[in-house]
Amino acid sequence: MTPVQAIIAKELRGYFVSPVVYVVGAIFLLIFGFLSYLYVVYAGYQAIQIMQMQGGQAQLNLNDLVFRNLFASMRFVLLIILPILTMRLFAEERKLRTFEFLMTSPIGINEIVAGKFVSVFLVFLSLLGLTCLVPTVLMLFSDFDWNPIWTGYLGMTLLGALFISVGLLASAITENQIVAAFLSFGMLLLIWLISGLGALLGDTTLGQIISYVSFMDHYDRLVRGLIDTKDLVYFFSSLAFMLFLTHRAVESTRWK
Amino acid sequence: MIDVQNITKRYGNLTAIDRVTFSVAKGEVLAFLGPNGAGKTTTMRILTCFMPATEGTAKVAGFDCADHPLEVKRRIGYLPETPPVYQEFTVSEYLTFVGRMRGMVGKNLTTALDQSIEKLALGTVRHRLIGNLSRGYRQRVGLAQAVLHDPPVLILDEPTVGLDPKQIIEIRDLIKSLAGSHSVILSTHILPEATAVCQRVVIISGGRIVAEDTPDQLSARLRHSEKISVTIKAPPDNCLARLQSISGILNVFQGQSAGTFLLECALGQDKRDEVARFIIANQWGLLELRTISMTLEDVFLQLTRHEEGMTPQVDHVSELPQTTQETAS
Repeated sequence: MTPVQAIIAKELRGYFVSPVVYVVGAIFLLIFGFLSYLYVVYAGYQAIQIMQMQGGQAQLNLNDLVFRNLFASMRFVLLIILPILTMRLFAEERKLRTFEFLMTSPIGINEIVAGKFVSVFLVFLSLLGLTCLVPTVLMLFSDFDWNPIWTGYLGMTLLGALFISVGLLASAITENQIVAAFLSFGMLLLIWLISGLGALLGDTTLGQIISYVSFMDHYDRLVRGLIDTKDLVYFFSSLAFMLFLTHRAVESTRWK
Repeated sequence: MIDVQNITKRYGNLTAIDRVTFSVAKGEVLAFLGPNGAGKTTTMRILTCFMPATEGTAKVAGFDCADHPLEVKRRIGYLPETPPVYQEFTVSEYLTFVGRMRGMVGKNLTTALDQSIEKLALGTVRHRLIGNLSRGYRQRVGLAQAVLHDPPVLILDEPTVGLDPKQIIEIRDLIKSLAGSHSVILSTHILPEATAVCQRVVIISGGRIVAEDTPDQLSARLRHSEKISVTIKAPPDNCLARLQSISGILNVFQGQSAGTFLLECALGQDKRDEVARFIIANQWGLLELRTISMTLEDVFLQLTRHEEGMTPQVDHVSELPQTTQETAS
């Protein structure tokens, strides 16, 4: 086992022996299930209405009526859930004074940051994996196109990774977990809301830049089933940038 | 093994350590003594590459802490002030994690694990959660972590804090057994510990090294006179004056308890024989007679007080009763 794997194993253990993952995971799955139920019921009403107006068999498009709405709503759920999962990563180490041990171990800061990132990402992926139950069950009763669902899941994975990296940065800045959670929540909300400003400014250069910086448009395209290199570049570059900032933030604690 | 040259660390305007220079040979145990906030932990953090020095160079096993931190970290076992333990781990899980972080695998790791558990007598708590262990056990787990990979250099920040007297003796024996093959720096404010374990003592105060020597030489160097304590069964009223009349005795003071007197004579003179004869000849009843050597406590207080701007010359009158008290306790 390499040091990075040791960190990942240690973090995963930390998650699963504490109630955090169970509580957060249960709430996440509950919300996902509830939202799916709402959208399916809503789709049912729509179908009944169409049948009453047009008569005959209505062709329901679950992709549009259920999944697109569901995935779009997940932005907000992830925004709340992921800061809770990431808040402890560095803050707790600093509070418990184990940070000094990590920093005096013969491994680089890169490896520490990578280990911590991967561990939460794995927790997130496993939660996301459990949500696959919803499309699987719906598949039994209905026909829909799987491709936008794959891109939707890709979108959620990338968005989750980005949120985790922001949370990691927040956790590296402070030794108070609550502050770390609110800090990442605030930063994410800000990145979200500036898309409104971008829309307001419209087609100007500044407007385009602001719209590009926000994850909204990029995520929306993936949810709609479009895979554009531009969006992938956005997610990967912002992820790399956040991890770089985290590295700097961890490094800077040595100078204080 | 460890070579520190003129390291200075500033936090903004505050200078935590100021041009500290010292070195530790292979197999030597060095004690870092100093009041709280003297800069002991800062120096140790620089040596372990936790933080960089503002100025100066620190080298461990020939590697510069600033240029080759990974090489330095590989050769160091470090016990910080607070043992860096994860509460939700059992002792053996924690030590396994520590070993993996240092790149140990397979048989190497299990052997090292067993050895460090045996060295620190952690066998009985091996499968218990660290969060449920007492302070003393946690401290030992922290020490086990530091010696796990058998590093050539050990840096221990107050290793015996929170241990009971029996454990303290065990840990001291462990550190003594490490001397010879390992270079050890330990910080402490428990002064007998430094005398018991270390070959050399560095006294640091206000971020500066104020003295560096063997414990014996340090106390010898700072002694200004020889002191004898006598206890007399039936001292006459004019006892003080009569004792003063013995040739070579410079000063006589009343001790803490009745019948106890402190006699001072010039440095290098031993007047015990004369004093004993005098008291016996007068039939006062000699109960006790001994020389008072300056303890490391005295040296420490004197040096660190001096730092605070008090008179560097020992004030005999105020110092003597204090010496008695400390020697007697």
